[in-house]
Amino acid sequence: MRALTDFQLTPGSGDQGAVLAFSGPMTVSSLGPTDRNLRDFDDSLTKIDVSAVTVMDTVGAWTVWRLSRDTGAEIIGCKAGPQKLIDAISKADSNAHSIRAPRLPLFQRVPEHVGDVMIGLGRGFLQVIGFLGQIILSVGTLARHPSRFRIKALVHQMELVGVNSLAIIGLMSFLVGIVIAQQGAVQLRQFGAEIYTVNLVGRLTLRELGVLMTAIMVAGRSGSAFAAQLGTMKLTEEVDAMRTIGVSPMEALVVPRILATMIMMPLLGFYSAFLGIVGGAFLSTATLGIPFFTFLARIQEVVPLHDVWVGLTKAPVFGLIVALAGCYQGMQVKNNAEEVGARTTAAVVMAIFTVIVLDAFFAIFFTEIGWG
Amino acid sequence: MAQAETITPVAADLPEMAAAFEGEFPIRVRGIRNVFGEHVIHDGLDLDVRKGEIIGVVGGSGTGKSVLMRTIIGLQTPESGDVEVLGQSITDARDDADIDIRSRWGVLFQGGALFSTLTVAENVEVPLREFYPEISNELRHEIARYKVLLSGLPAEATSKYPSELSGGMRKRAGLARALSLDPELLFLDEPTAGLDPIGAAAFDQLIMQLQQTLGLTVFLITHDLDTLYEICDRVAVIADRKVIAVGTIPELLALDHPWIQEYFNGPRGRAAQDSQARHDAVRADVEGQNAPPQNSPATGEA
Repeated sequence: MRALTDFQLTPGSGDQGAVLAFSGPMTVSSLGPTDRNLRDFDDSLTKIDVSAVTVMDTVGAWTVWRLSRDTGAEIIGCKAGPQKLIDAISKADSNAHSIRAPRLPLFQRVPEHVGDVMIGLGRGFLQVIGFLGQIILSVGTLARHPSRFRIKALVHQMELVGVNSLAIIGLMSFLVGIVIAQQGAVQLRQFGAEIYTVNLVGRLTLRELGVLMTAIMVAGRSGSAFAAQLGTMKLTEEVDAMRTIGVSPMEALVVPRILATMIMMPLLGFYSAFLGIVGGAFLSTATLGIPFFTFLARIQEVVPLHDVWVGLTKAPVFGLIVALAGCYQGMQVKNNAEEVGARTTAAVVMAIFTVIVLDAFFAIFFTEIGWG
Repeated sequence: MAQAETITPVAADLPEMAAAFEGEFPIRVRGIRNVFGEHVIHDGLDLDVRKGEIIGVVGGSGTGKSVLMRTIIGLQTPESGDVEVLGQSITDARDDADIDIRSRWGVLFQGGALFSTLTVAENVEVPLREFYPEISNELRHEIARYKVLLSGLPAEATSKYPSELSGGMRKRAGLARALSLDPELLFLDEPTAGLDPIGAAAFDQLIMQLQQTLGLTVFLITHDLDTLYEICDRVAVIADRKVIAVGTIPELLALDHPWIQEYFNGPRGRAAQDSQARHDAVRADVEGQNAPPQNSPATGEA
């Protein structure tokens, strides 16, 4: 059993006041339970006897000092070492300050938080537009001074965003292609129209799913990485250091990431659609009795070319949104590591949400202009 | 005569605590070898730290002072060699749970390493919550508060987040957290680096005062020659992948090692010697003692 601090209370009589005598160790490990007993203790004391205390650390000194301060008791029997501690502690006494960061009461905090969020949304929207403007200006500057363009950074980012995600995007698209073909075939079989599985897979992947799924995957893989990288660089003052050396963080960090994503997105989107079709063809060969190459040849006949253009037009826009969200949120990080996490989450959510909203607009737009 | 009542609190389910370390050397390092890739940092490094002393560890940049500290506190597993802290082997510990002396040391990292999502006082409370959950909230808050003040921070700092503090204040907050359990052993990695001279001198005094009042053993990594002269009982010099010498500064000065001579007799070394000599003279005057004539170090020019 752990040794705890004992205390003995001798109640006062006549002109003799009450005496509290501690014994045993008075340290951080022995005072926890004892302190609970001492808290609901409001007798007036005249003396605190610590002569029987074996060891005392600052927690013991604090306990003795607090009791003596609150009751006005005199500390007796104190050896030189503990006395030094009590003296040091008495100088460090303050009960005035809360240890938590200041916080408003709930009924004020909730409306204030709601207001902050609303104003933040509005301001955030303006700031994103401003950020986009800065990027365009930087691209303009780079166009006038092409020697300042960081081609290596661009290629490196293209590798990270594009080449490194080929495997995962390919696998995902292949599997989604299988699912579309299988589910489509089940439904179409009821009308005896299984052959239209080819139309379904071809048009859906090239027009919508290829690019959309790629955008979501790139937002999760690269958009989050941009936010976390730039956010950490902000925290470690690397971004500030760049600025003082005369390197524009926009040109060195943001523009290569944005351009790389915008260049890689159409390629990845097309690659994704292609593998989706391969997945569909694979399933059709296995279960529908449509030979693999017949399936591919039919794609060419049933998918209008403008479907490819619809997909490829959307891709760079989605790329811009994903990279913009990542870079913008990353550059907003300040204060602490928790914010890097929050901003990374915000980047991914913002990117995916905006991409899906825009995709709906694109769908209506392209149908209206006759590219149904 | 009124009755006296004795109250003995119940310690039913509290884990056992080890008694304070009674041996002579709270830290014993034997034949440590640390290798990063091709780069050998330490090879056959030995060091004994005596109980109750402030030992300063010096060495050129990249000689592995911080790595030595990380090895001693179990963050870095050496390739070979033994480390014993407070009588317990660190190198034999299979995982972190095996090292149950963590409540008996405090560590101040170079940058403070405060938890950025907690206020300063909450940072100080973390070890208390972890090791002594039986302590009531009220007492724990009080402990956090006085520890913060004891480390030389103003009372307002308790409720501030680390990002709202200056570098020097962060170091003090880190020290407050390192001291939060009243440890027997204190590890300090460059505590005065980056502080202004006044702040650094105050920090030195603070460490010395705490060491004297709490009877700590302090393992101190520093480049600050003033700190070495002012508060260190002994100095360990790391060079050529091992501790080449341990001793008081006059003892080290008597050695004929080129790096040690360069270190203590370079322009900065001499300035520190001079200021220390003046400092001691003034202190002797103030205390009104018949101070013996300052035995100015071998090459001092003051």
